[in-house]
Amino acid sequence: MSERKIDEATMDNVEILAKLALTPQERQKAMDEMEKILTYVEKLNELDTDQAEPLVHILPEVNVFREDQVTNGDGRKDSLANAPKAKEDQYIVPKTV
Amino acid sequence: MAKQYETVIGLEVHVELATATKIFCGCSTKFGAAPNTHTCPVCTGMPGSLPVLNKKVVEYALALGMAANCEINRYCRFDRKNYFYPDNPQNYQISQLYLPICHDGHLEITTENGKKTIRIHEMHMEEDAGKLIHDEWEDCSLVDYNRSGVPLIEIVSEPDMRTAQEVIAYLEKLRMICQYLGISDCKLQEGSMRADVNLSVREVGSDRMGTRTEMKNLNSFKAITHAIEGERERQIELLEEGKEVIQETRRWDDNKESSHAMRSKEDAKDYRYFPDPDLQPMQIPTEWMEQIRSRQPEFQEERAARYEEQYGLPAYDASILTQTKHMADMFEQTADLCGNPKKAANWLMGEGLRLLKEKGMEAEDMDFTPKHLADLIQAVEGGKINQANAKKVFAKILEDDVEPLAYMEKEGLLMVSDSGAIEGAVDQVLAENPKTVEEFHSGKEKVLGFLVGQVMKKMRGKADPGMVNELLRKKL
Amino acid sequence: MEEILQMSALELSKQIRHGSVSVKEAVEACKKQIQTSEPQVHAYVSMDEKILAHRIKEVEEGIKSGRYTGPLAGVPIAVKDNICTRGQKTTCSSKMLENFVPTYDAQAVKQLEDAGMVILGKTNMDEFAMGSTTETSAFGVTRNPWNPEHVPGGSSGGSCAAVAAGEAVMALGSDTGGSIRQPSAYCGVTGLKPTYGRVSRYGLIAYASSLDQIGPIGKNVKDCAALFEIIAGHDSKDSTSADVPVESYDSLVSGGLSGMRIGIPKEYLAEGCDEEVKKALADAVHTLSKNGAVVEFFSLGMVDYVIPAYYIIACAEASSNLERFDGVKYGYRTPGATELHEMYKKSRAEGFGEEVKRRILLGSFVLSAGYYDAYYMKALRAKGLIKKEFDKAFQKYDCILAPASPTTAPKIGTSLSDPLQMYLSDIYTVAVNLAGLPAVSLPCGMDSRGLPIGMQLIGDCFQEKKILRAAAAYEQLRGEFPKAWAKEEK
Repeated sequence: MSERKIDEATMDNVEILAKLALTPQERQKAMDEMEKILTYVEKLNELDTDQAEPLVHILPEVNVFREDQVTNGDGRKDSLANAPKAKEDQYIVPKTV
Repeated sequence: MAKQYETVIGLEVHVELATATKIFCGCSTKFGAAPNTHTCPVCTGMPGSLPVLNKKVVEYALALGMAANCEINRYCRFDRKNYFYPDNPQNYQISQLYLPICHDGHLEITTENGKKTIRIHEMHMEEDAGKLIHDEWEDCSLVDYNRSGVPLIEIVSEPDMRTAQEVIAYLEKLRMICQYLGISDCKLQEGSMRADVNLSVREVGSDRMGTRTEMKNLNSFKAITHAIEGERERQIELLEEGKEVIQETRRWDDNKESSHAMRSKEDAKDYRYFPDPDLQPMQIPTEWMEQIRSRQPEFQEERAARYEEQYGLPAYDASILTQTKHMADMFEQTADLCGNPKKAANWLMGEGLRLLKEKGMEAEDMDFTPKHLADLIQAVEGGKINQANAKKVFAKILEDDVEPLAYMEKEGLLMVSDSGAIEGAVDQVLAENPKTVEEFHSGKEKVLGFLVGQVMKKMRGKADPGMVNELLRKKL
Repeated sequence: MEEILQMSALELSKQIRHGSVSVKEAVEACKKQIQTSEPQVHAYVSMDEKILAHRIKEVEEGIKSGRYTGPLAGVPIAVKDNICTRGQKTTCSSKMLENFVPTYDAQAVKQLEDAGMVILGKTNMDEFAMGSTTETSAFGVTRNPWNPEHVPGGSSGGSCAAVAAGEAVMALGSDTGGSIRQPSAYCGVTGLKPTYGRVSRYGLIAYASSLDQIGPIGKNVKDCAALFEIIAGHDSKDSTSADVPVESYDSLVSGGLSGMRIGIPKEYLAEGCDEEVKKALADAVHTLSKNGAVVEFFSLGMVDYVIPAYYIIACAEASSNLERFDGVKYGYRTPGATELHEMYKKSRAEGFGEEVKRRILLGSFVLSAGYYDAYYMKALRAKGLIKKEFDKAFQKYDCILAPASPTTAPKIGTSLSDPLQMYLSDIYTVAVNLAGLPAVSLPCGMDSRGLPIGMQLIGDCFQEKKILRAAAAYEQLRGEFPKAWAKEEK
């Protein structure tokens, strides 16, 4: 049995990166599933990709630009329409400092 | 003997670009609007919204890269930098890591110790974050996305600086270039130029880099200087105590004049950069490069050289006048309008800078119609006003951009060229000073000056000295 | 009413424009069907009666005034709930967006409204389009109109089920790894996944930006072609939108089979593919080759690597795309948090379902320091090799014929317990997204349990015409496919 890819420390880090607070049960299940899936996707290691360029963009288009012209007006109302908590046209969040 | 330490400093400078719209949407970048007025689905990270790149941002980045002697990545793209923070509506910032638009440049700086080259590692385009303010009433923070998506260029230097003086010189040089290019006003106080300082210390002679810290929130040259001094001392102290410097980000507190570590277990510092699939790459065509190169302005050094040659200014004057493009433009227009470059230079450098300094303002705050100064210079040269009064008028031009001739007239500062009035004064003075008149007649021509002075006093300085002289000689 | 349900979308629109059917009647026919089968099927997440009533009037007037003259004017359409509709809830079938009301329309929605179509409601889906069964929806499963014990497929299960059940004349779906083609196959309807860049993604709530594409779902190929023509086209709000002209639907479906070269990857018929599916495909091959097409087997490389590459890329992008759901600007926010990061972690943990969380965790891991090259870059390199394999194939063939799924619709409750197994069933669909290709899925038979079998025709980029032409010709030879709703009334 090879070493686990997702050990407790890795999972701690992944939870921080993903910003998810998992229950102990959820966490254990997620670790097991991730382990299985990652083991499967490592099938890619069979491939010799040394000569293969990473393909980032499927479309050949380059230089997709817009002109520097103001097209938007006062967006306050729409921007805040779905805010869970707002005050004086600003979003409220727990204090950051 | 105590160990000698060397400070090693690299800078990450953010310059906010003076485009009309944000980098990925058509919202205005105007400063000071009511919260969240300059927002749309794109710059508030609404689901389903997509970014479209502002062409001008690329042009500005190319122009700055060329001015800083950079190599251009003709094929480049944007990456996502992932981190959660409420000022960042998507919780990722669109930036460039793998293929930044410019790399491997350099700038030459001048300090007391002479010239030095500071290498630039890379420059890239990215979006600014929104603004967070603390709400004391509800003990929470409030988010305003007006700044979210304002275009930035980040300029990352190599760790080539050793002193605060070099850091300031480098920043001033960058600021000057940006201003000459017209791509940013680079005001530290307003945040349109921001510098993060990466600093480490090592024993003199060592070629190994020490562990560095990154300092943020430096809003003035003064703060930068103090932060560098403080951090240098802090690190040396740690090393002297046999402790280790921890690689961390520190926040400068301007009030306390000290920095503290910004530590949180939720700050993973793993940004998971990957190419942004919402944006197509850029392939900068040669014609575009050439077009931008041909539009590059005359920078400070070239302009100063031209002033020496074209206007016959001393090197010192030429260098001072060109420190900001704004001042240089003011000078050039004034000089051309009044036909007297040296006088124009003297006014701007002497009275101009003195008055600004008095008010705690900077050269770029000098704002008046060059024609007004040109008119004033011509008035002085034409003897319509004396030097003392001219200074008063200039102060007024600087303050309210007054039209000088109208102002002089209104305030009664013009020279009196009415010979009747002067004649009266001359007669009076001659009558009051018979002894002096006698001395004059006995050959002591020097006393004429005293008599002129007396007449000027009676005229409250507003008489044309030439005319007074002439009348006195006639009467004597 | 029955008559209206029998009509194709194009036929219905013609009747509406001629005045023999009113827009209201068309909508009422769908609503009647919704009343009958929705309690069982549950294809919709929301319908807004007020907006609908207003829209019916608007379209009726628009048709009269000559504002709406297009081939689908007046046709009622269902829209997948990850496509933003202004003023109408768009939830992605997630608790996270349960009350989210967009203040903007997706470009595709705008275009179908400009064409005079009437949005009936928003359809159920796998949460954030992550899943193959529509069982990961936070708002209950959708059931297959052919057999309520089976799933409709996913993630556009609601859209496909709505069309199959006669609850909508057509629908919009989205396809990131087969999410239009596989449920179309399971539900016995026709669905097109256009070339990447054909349809603006503006307003499509992103799952994996480099793979997502909106597409039409309908009763037949021609209806899909007509809807495709309406929603396709360049959009300056989407930087990945292609500026390639779109032909008219009439020309897209015409030309017949003669001279067409069609290849079948033999790897697709290897183990894992259900015998009944193979049989149906063999019948289709027979029909095609008997009628002028040259059909042959060929070897398509990289087949074993498409699922690993797909899940790495899709999860990586998803982990980033879904970061914006944090309880600050919109969406679910936990009531129980006072500290910032606690608020993030709880809001997201409570707002997202299990499958979404799993993919976010996986994606965060494969992008994290030390693993980026081994997983993400490796997957991008594999993607390049996959694309090359298709390039090679399209030098020889006009279309690639393949099953849409290795099986027919599985039973509800049998898929989610083993996520990896569920991912593996996407074997025939995900490569198309990785390579940005267009593909149309259409029914080609029925299994012994009475569940539809689907096949897909895959084309080279921007060659929708070739696959639609072949599909339309095949459809004509196949004859009318039975209707799920008609079956129910028996």
